Order: sequence, then C-alpha cells, then structure tokens
Amino acid sequence: MAAITIEGVSKTFGKAAALKDVSLEVRDGEFMVLLGPSGCGKTTLLRSVAGLERLDRGRVRIGDRDVTDLPPRDRNIAMVFQSYAVFPHMTVEQNIGFGLRMKKRPKEEIARRVREGAELLALVPFLDRYPAQLSGGQRQRVAVSRALVMDAPVLLMDEPLSNLDALLRLQARADLKRLHTEVKRTTVYVTHDQVEAMSMGDRIAVMREGEIVQVDTPMRIYDRPANQFVGSFIGSPPMNFLEGRFEGGRFAGEGFALEVAPPAGADGRTLLMGVRAEHLALGRGAIPARVVVVEPLGSHTLLTALVGKTPVKVQVPVDTEVRADQEVRLEAPPSLVRWMDAESGAALS
Amino acid sequence: MTAVPSPRQGGRVGGQALDRALVYGVAILFALWVLVPFYLIALAAFTPRETIFEYPKSFLPTDLTTETMRFFVQSRGVIPSVINSVAVAVMTIVLGLALGAPAGYALARFRFRGREGFSLVVLATKMFPIAILSIPLAVTFLRLGLYDNLIGVALVHTAMALPFIILVTSGVFVSVSQELEEAAQTLGCSRWGAFVRVALPLALPGLAAAAIFTFVISWNEVFASTILTLRNRTLPAQVLTTLSDSPLYYKFAGGFFMVVPAIVFIFFMRRYLLNLWGGK
Repeated sequence: MAAITIEGVSKTFGKAAALKDVSLEVRDGEFMVLLGPSGCGKTTLLRSVAGLERLDRGRVRIGDRDVTDLPPRDRNIAMVFQSYAVFPHMTVEQNIGFGLRMKKRPKEEIARRVREGAELLALVPFLDRYPAQLSGGQRQRVAVSRALVMDAPVLLMDEPLSNLDALLRLQARADLKRLHTEVKRTTVYVTHDQVEAMSMGDRIAVMREGEIVQVDTPMRIYDRPANQFVGSFIGSPPMNFLEGRFEGGRFAGEGFALEVAPPAGADGRTLLMGVRAEHLALGRGAIPARVVVVEPLGSHTLLTALVGKTPVKVQVPVDTEVRADQEVRLEAPPSLVRWMDAESGAALS
Repeated sequence: MTAVPSPRQGGRVGGQALDRALVYGVAILFALWVLVPFYLIALAAFTPRETIFEYPKSFLPTDLTTETMRFFVQSRGVIPSVINSVAVAVMTIVLGLALGAPAGYALARFRFRGREGFSLVVLATKMFPIAILSIPLAVTFLRLGLYDNLIGVALVHTAMALPFIILVTSGVFVSVSQELEEAAQTLGCSRWGAFVRVALPLALPGLAAAAIFTFVISWNEVFASTILTLRNRTLPAQVLTTLSDSPLYYKFAGGFFMVVPAIVFIFFMRRYLLNLWGGK
C-alpha cells in the first residue's frame, strides 16, 4: 500500500516561490497527473516526493511512513527523468540492473528481473548496447524499465515523453498507460501537455504559480473547470468566455443578451460565461456573431467568430455551409455553460 | 545537393576550395612556426658535438648520434633533478586534484552565495606574477623549514595550477548532467555513491586531461623552482642555473629533453582538450 500524502509543502528558490503551501493526496495505485504551464512548480512537487528537493515547510508521507527527511534511496520510489538520465557508461543491461545491484540483490535475481524488465519494454535485443547506440525512444524505454524493475510501490515520471517526436509520443503514451494497468503502481506523472494528462490520468492536479488549482478526474476538469485558468488551459481550443451581467433575467454583454436562468450567487456581479467550442451550435440562438475564420479540420470544422469584440471558437460539423464574414447566431445550451466571477475567475458553485 | 552541379554551384564549390586552401595555409604557417624551432633543437641535440658549430648548417639529419644526449643525461645533477621534477609534478597533481576537483565540482553543481565572485577570485591568483610572489614565499618557506624542499615547490606549483584545474574540472562536471546523479540517488545510491559510480567515471577522461596538463605546468615551471631550491633542483632549475657556463650542445640537449614529455603528453591528451574546447 503506498498512497502519497503531501501536506502544506512550501519551497522557494532564492526569492521565487516554487511551491506555496501545497497539499495533495494520491491514492494507492492511482495515476495522478501534475499538469500546468512551465514554471508552475509541478516538477518541484514531483522532486519533493522523490526527495531531490529540501522542503522549506510541509510533510510528505508515502504509505504510512513520513519520508520528509529521508534521502531518495530510502523512500521506496523509482523515477523516470525528463532527460531519461540513462547512464552513458553502462550497457542497457547494466542500466536496468543498476538499482538492483545497489540494493545488493543476489546475482540470479538481478539477471531474472533485468530480463523481465527488458521483456516488458521490448529491450531484449539491445541489452548489450550502450545508450549512445540507441534511439531516443529506446533510451526512454530503458529509463522506464530501469525504474520498473525496482518494484518500488511509487513511480514518479517527469515529462518522460516530451523529448520524443510526435508519432513516437502517441505510441509511448499508449505503452505507458498499458504498463500502468499491468503493474498498478502509484504513479505521479508530470506534464505540460493537456492531451497527455487527459488521456493518461486517473485524476489530474492542475497547477499554476506554485499552487494546485483543481484536482479531479479528467472529464470533470474538462467539463467543470474550477476557474477561468483551468478552462482556458485544458482543452483545444480553450474554453470560450463571454463577459456580461444579469439584467432582468437576461445575461447581457457587449453585442448579446441571452435568456437564461441566473446561477446561484450571481447578485449583479460581472460574470464570465464559459462554454466549450463543441457545445456552441449555429442556429437560432440568442448570440449574434460574425464568422472571421473557417478552418476545416477533417473530423470537424473550427470557426472563429466575433461576439461584439470577443473572439469565440465554435466547433461545427464539416458539412456546415458557412463562410467568412457571414453573420450567424450561436446557441449555448444552459446546462453546458460554466459561470465564473469576472474579477477572480473562480467558478460559481 | 544534386548530382549535376549547376555552374553557380560549381562556383560555390570553387569558393569552398579556396576557403579550405586558406585555412590550411594559415594552419601550416602556424605549425611551421612551432615545429621549425623544435626541429632545429632536436637536430642540434642529436648532432655530434663537433659539428654543431659548423656553418653553413645542414637542415637535414645527415650525421645523427645520441652522444650529445648521453653527455647531457650523464652530466652532474641531471638525473637527480629529473627525479625531483617527477616527484614535484606527481605531488602537484595529487594536491591540485584533491583541492581543485572538489572546487570545480562545487562550481558546476551548486548555486551558492558568492559563486560568481569565487570563480573570479580563482582567476585573480593568476594576476600576480610569480616573480613578485617568489621572494616573500622564499622567506616564508625559510621560516617554515620548507625552503629547498620539494614539498615547498609542489605547493607553489599547486597554487599555480589550481585556477586551471578548477576551471577545467568545473567544465568537466558541468558536462555530466546532474539528472544522472539524481537518477543514481533514486536507484539506491547515497549522494557520495552517486558521485563515485556515475559522475566520476564520466568525468574521468577530463580529470585525466587536467592531471596531465598539471604535470606539464609543473614540469616546465622554472622561476619558483629556481628561487625556492638550492640543492634539490628540479630539471628546469638545474638546467637554468648551469646554463650560463655550459656549452651550446648541452643547452640544445637540455631543451630537447625538457620539451619531449610535454609533447608526448599533449599528444595523448589532445582528444580531451578538443572535447573541452568544443571541437570534435
């Protein structure tokens, strides 16, 4: 059993705060993705769990052990680094077996587990090669294999796919997900790629400026972002936001007025109506807009339209007859919109 | 590139050839500038003593003999001074790496307060000419009982070589990714274990290069060695002090004898030097 509990962790580098009082609970066997733009502190948080950063404040527990003051080797973790950190002076076999040798396992056991680790990641033909003789994807697999053979209950991964080219990344993403379902380690996975986060995570922790903004399942984060930042960071295209306020039972902003029930706590504040591109439809809706750009993308067509001066993205079927400069009306189903305070960006309810 | 060169491409290829010729021309010029004096010294060192004064000189090795070299090596004080030189150089390497490599590692790995200042101060020791430092050093060494002692010379050579060692080793350690050491730590190594098992083996060629270069610095150093010793001379000090009253062929033989280790070492380490300097 190895749940990870992070409690009130803070870390500053010089004057810059990398982590501000961060708390997070990762359940046993869960695949938790730390997602955020670069510099948001996600890697620092991962390294704090690994024991590679000395914390200013807070505790880290793995299972029922407080590991805050333990060095990495006593934490029962395994880690895959962004650069892979495959040892260049060792063969693939020596790389995979390195951790087991450090743990002074018997020779036969090392040989057996290295073999298994190599088979799991299709590295058997390369066991005698040096990293310099491998491709980027193979090196990445060596790094994963080296971490897996440790049989540590916690697996930490720092952007393991970011150095692969696009096609290989798709393949490796699926491989990693398959591996996770096979070995069921508690996994913390850092990425800045929201597609990776959506497709792999059991849950996602979205981070920004050293804080966790929202922790939830991928679909709930996508559908019910906790604030404007999450809505605009997750999803491609990002969520649309229309600014306005409720007047006489209608949500009215620049260039539109929409008959919709006000959310609880609207109280005449300026609000943002957040709506996904695929939830907007062309039709007899109450939002007049002018189409600016039409982008056919094969599976669907993406429109950029102006509501007043605000650009919004609209996803329509490919067979939609529409051209640039056309005036259209947009429909936003009330059940699928998300209301946010315009000032703080925080979602209502 | 297409298989059929257009006239224009042909012109560019021609331009490239000209560039190459220019580069090689300059390179050859520089090489000659170094090699010709060395060749003349070597020639004189292996010419019979009688013919060395002949004029006009033959630039071809027509009359080779090891007699002059044997005369030099068998001269009084040469063999002991060679032993002294090697002893001093070895001590300098051990001391220099023991002090310099950790400093270089710290510069490469840690962001500590005053890091910039430190790397400047390291270089600043090079600002003071050894000629100015030698006299006070000699006085201090007399007091400490280190005068005319090889350890004293090795200490001075270490001080002279340290800036170089620190800068080179920090460059070497910078090139060893920190993530490698961290990976070793997550795989069961202590901080020290990760250094020994991962950083050190990867840095070894660079450290060897630093050691060899330190050897050359110490082997060639003449001023401090001359001031700080009386009877326990190193080879350059020995040659220098006997220079004014030795015959010309002795000088040539001594020069050749001293330059050979440097050449051999440079030859072995040039691969690492080129790596350090970003070449291939």
